[in-house]
Amino acid sequence: MTENAQLQDLVGRGYQHGFVTDIESESLPPGLDEDVVRAISRIKREPAFLTEWRLKAFRHWLTLREPTWAHVRFNPVDYQGISYYSAPKAKTDGPKSLDEVDPKLLETYEKLGVPLHERARLAGVAVDAVFDSVSVATTFKDRLEKAGVIFCSFSDAVQKHPELLEQYLGSVVPHTDNYYACLNSAVFSDGSFVYIPKGVRCPMELSTYFRINAAKTGQFERTLIVADAGSHVSYLEGCTAPMRDENQLHAAVVELVAMDDAEIKYSTVQNWYPGDENGVGGIYNFVTKRGECRGRNSRISWTQVETGSAITWKYPSCVLRGDNSVGEFYSVALANHCQQADTGTKMIHVGANTRSTIVSKGISAGRGQNTYRGLVKILPTAHGARNFTQCDSLLMGGRCGAHTFPYVEVKNPTATVEHEASTSRISEDQLFYCLQRGISEEDAVNMIVNGFCKSVFKELPMEFAVEAQNLLAVSLEGAVG
Amino acid sequence: MLSIKDLRTTVGNRKVLDGLSLEVPAGEVHAIMGPNGSGKSTLAYTLAGRPGYEVTGGSVSYRGEDLLALEPEARAQRGLFLGFQYPVEIPGVNNVYLLKAALNAARKQRGLPEVDAFEFLTLVREKMKIMQMDESFLSRGVNEGFSGGEKKRNEILQMLVLEPSLALLDETDSGLDIDALKVVANGVNTLRSPDRAIVLVTHYQRLLDYIKPDRVHVLARGKIIRSGGPELAQELEARGYDWLLTDAA
Repeated sequence: MTENAQLQDLVGRGYQHGFVTDIESESLPPGLDEDVVRAISRIKREPAFLTEWRLKAFRHWLTLREPTWAHVRFNPVDYQGISYYSAPKAKTDGPKSLDEVDPKLLETYEKLGVPLHERARLAGVAVDAVFDSVSVATTFKDRLEKAGVIFCSFSDAVQKHPELLEQYLGSVVPHTDNYYACLNSAVFSDGSFVYIPKGVRCPMELSTYFRINAAKTGQFERTLIVADAGSHVSYLEGCTAPMRDENQLHAAVVELVAMDDAEIKYSTVQNWYPGDENGVGGIYNFVTKRGECRGRNSRISWTQVETGSAITWKYPSCVLRGDNSVGEFYSVALANHCQQADTGTKMIHVGANTRSTIVSKGISAGRGQNTYRGLVKILPTAHGARNFTQCDSLLMGGRCGAHTFPYVEVKNPTATVEHEASTSRISEDQLFYCLQRGISEEDAVNMIVNGFCKSVFKELPMEFAVEAQNLLAVSLEGAVG
Repeated sequence: MLSIKDLRTTVGNRKVLDGLSLEVPAGEVHAIMGPNGSGKSTLAYTLAGRPGYEVTGGSVSYRGEDLLALEPEARAQRGLFLGFQYPVEIPGVNNVYLLKAALNAARKQRGLPEVDAFEFLTLVREKMKIMQMDESFLSRGVNEGFSGGEKKRNEILQMLVLEPSLALLDETDSGLDIDALKVVANGVNTLRSPDRAIVLVTHYQRLLDYIKPDRVHVLARGKIIRSGGPELAQELEARGYDWLLTDAA
């Protein structure tokens, strides 16, 4: 039975029919219990191990409480008020090619600047676009298939590569990990799956644009990237969401696995709706991202530009298990208006001679609150481990805040840990200097902020570095004056 | 070019300029000298429109326009350039990037298209040669890690690229050794032309050995107390300011 027919079937059995915006979509009614978890699994025609895994997670989730240690404040989330599945209704059954995709959907992506068409601006980027919960179109499949690379939606992977999922799913972020990851494990709807075979250098940047469209739906994607021995992949994730008054929950999980000599570069440009100037609406971005350098000499690099969301709760981390493995975290986080960002990383050094680098740039403006929270943990086995952390904050105006919570746990005396931190303001001298050169105040601020973020932007793939700079400029509008 | 009448400026409730008048015609180089705290830098900042320098009286006409009615960036776009005494560092912002943005802002004001990247770089390289600046300058941040002398050279380089109508150079000679002073002076001299005016704010007569002024003014207690030809600078060098201050009192 096709996915759509399954849905119809489900609706027929009493589930409420729902649609939002211009595209008709099928949603489960709000609420969460074991039946909902089973329903999601059934819609997705999942093998028994996965249904069980979801149920195990759900039962564990019931025993957990929301974490309260983050430096953020928000209204409680009504988990029973959320619909846990929403999918655009397909017009035809069968495999979806670009031609068959709803033109309205393509138009939306066009507005977002997502290059679905191969001749688009970012030619050379394969996009697995996720609209709400279902993957709509995947490009460049052929070229990737020739290289032996698997790049597909999570749902496809469930059908085509269940053995890989069974092996790796939850192996980095177990279902018991934390409140939001646990919830995601129970109800995740789609996401991306990447497998790079041994010795293969992925021939192009891989990219997924997620977008929350339907109101009152939480989005729970799950991304799993496995880089087998000696392989290399660069992955970019971009996120936006339309304006809505109510808050929406986004609780994603990303797991990365790098085997011997493998390298994964994961870049995020996050621009979820941040709420309005008074803090009404906006996305709650409660995301668990972790990579495991499982093999020797492996490397995982996280680069994130976080300009959106009402609340960001996110700590892309690396477990450096393999000897000589390397973990990197480069971050720009902006909190303008009433945004709150509590973000940072964890570097867990397990193997010998493991190295990690953390560069965090926090920008606070308006009434924004920006927190860096980072853990560097050197286990007794991590002989000769090294970490370097640089953590800079830039303040604009007198009502915002910057906070830094660095945690360092060193259990091996041969380790070296360095931490540098700074807090600064855009100085009147800098602004006036630019004005005197004929540059407008707004351009001057953008220039100075971009300069502040330069060491992170240079880690992004080039096209996206430009996008990130533009995004920062848009997000800072009205921050001065 | 520049006509200042009875200008009064306060900085944080302190009266600094107190009825200053000055005429600078196009094609001329004027030097403004004076003891410390006499208001020389305040004059430069007031003309450039620095926030915090509050004009409480008088008028300034620049190329026929009311200068004081313009925003600081609009003054710059119309060809008013201030060479800073202490140029600020802007980490991570490339020198060339700032300079290009500055040039394009001025071109936009004049209704000209943005400068072509290749032409721009050629132009900058040519001016860098005049200022004897190293190629590595192109990839560095604005004044980032520059020595005092490098910062001053950079100011003059920017001036050469932007080709302002009115250049105010605030203590451009301070902190320069004699070789650097010659380079900077040479840079300024290349800009001299009948349709431009240059105002040198300086403490010492030394700079005027290399940039010959048409007029020299002495600024003290917030106003011009004496004006003369280049010989006035020589006299100041020999006698100091005290005799003038006693005269004026």
